[in-house]
Amino acid sequence: MEKPVLIREDGLRHDGRRPDELRPIRMEVGILKNADGSALVQFGKTKVIAAVYGPREIHPKHLTLPDRALIRCRYHMAPFSTSERKSPAPSRREIELSKVIREALEATIFTEYFPRTTIDVFIEVLQADGGTRTAGLTAASLAVVDAGIPMKDLVAAVAVGKVDGVLVLDIDEIEDEFGEADMPVAMMPSLDRIVLLQLNGVLTREEFRNALELAKKGIMEIYRLQKESLTKKYLMYPEE
Amino acid sequence: MPKIYVANRQIVRPGDLLAEGDDVKGGDYTYRIGNKIYASVLGLANVDDGVVSVIPLEGMNMPKEGDVVIGLVTSVGITNWIVDIRGPYKAVLNANEALESFNPITDDLRKYLDVGDYIIAKIIVFDRTRNPLLTIKGKGLGKITEGKVIDVKPSRVPRIIGKKKAMLNILIEQTKCTIIVGQNGRIWIRCPNEELEDILVRAIRKIEAEAHIPGLTERVKRFIEEEKRRLGIA
Repeated sequence: MEKPVLIREDGLRHDGRRPDELRPIRMEVGILKNADGSALVQFGKTKVIAAVYGPREIHPKHLTLPDRALIRCRYHMAPFSTSERKSPAPSRREIELSKVIREALEATIFTEYFPRTTIDVFIEVLQADGGTRTAGLTAASLAVVDAGIPMKDLVAAVAVGKVDGVLVLDIDEIEDEFGEADMPVAMMPSLDRIVLLQLNGVLTREEFRNALELAKKGIMEIYRLQKESLTKKYLMYPEE
Repeated sequence: MPKIYVANRQIVRPGDLLAEGDDVKGGDYTYRIGNKIYASVLGLANVDDGVVSVIPLEGMNMPKEGDVVIGLVTSVGITNWIVDIRGPYKAVLNANEALESFNPITDDLRKYLDVGDYIIAKIIVFDRTRNPLLTIKGKGLGKITEGKVIDVKPSRVPRIIGKKKAMLNILIEQTKCTIIVGQNGRIWIRCPNEELEDILVRAIRKIEAEAHIPGLTERVKRFIEEEKRRLGIA
């Protein structure tokens, strides 16, 4: 595929967004009956569901931690989530993302409240258009809240990229493929702590600082939507 | 000067700042960083006499010593039963906590309780480092032989009982059923007839769904009365 025009002459991006604009976001909590907690998060054409089970008994038993809960996380892309069929077997990339998402969640969950148990987090990408790890982490943190597991803060995540020399918020597949840099950031917004930060590509120090600021701005907006979606679940029953 | 940022019964989420100041105490489901108190679960804020706590809206049952729970026997050992009490941990019921005299050589525990039996039990020991221990020796405890057991969200148990058992008393009074509420979110009911049982189950489901909306007790009372009238039960 030939490189498309990423930043148009009017300064907008290939899909008509401003550089600091998020894609349309949709969040829903409690969508799966069998899971203890679940959530669906959609960033534009990226669509992810997350399910949380636990705290529950660990199998196999030898993985048990005597002083805290074990968090297990599986990030997985459905075979139909991409335009070319993706093999359902976990790839090197998926194993890595499972690890970084797990570590981000470990920072926020009070694991020491549930020794000898496990909390299983499943993240399934239904449709991929860039930013699946950030959407997945956003969904996973909502699912953990929905399961009623005590945690320090929600986790909100977004990726910042550099395309044609311009820093852009919430990059999609095309911008990722043809851009110069991709930086996913996840934070616990009320505590102002970063729980995930990766950088693929090259940014100058100045650009990095600006990119982080841009990410923070996006994260605050996502955080607001997360809180809204959690409250919404309890406003559905009207007063008689 | 303490500052409290939330109103009573306001919905809060993990990470929401509840209060600030050294003389404010954080109650259940809160945590403190410096002089700030944050919520750790999704729930309703509860401000009471300088203590800020959160009543969770979701969540699992954490066993507590002294709790009466309704368990399901899942396996039978030589000297004990393993009981599912719907929490992160499996409970253990030792034979000497169920039987007066017991000899593991001659006695087969399956004779007394088998897989699939429900029991009303009390938690005698639990400290997270080991699985909870149960007893069925005591008044009102033992094997369930009649009636029905229904599962509800464990976080709704306090609402089903109500303040000073207000809700529970209404349910019993209105439906004439016997009701035992296990702290783990299992409820045993025994009703005079099927119609009343059906009304009771639906009333409990209503409490489960509307636990966070004020005025619940009155609504449930009206609901049961209307249903009884509809079905022609006095």
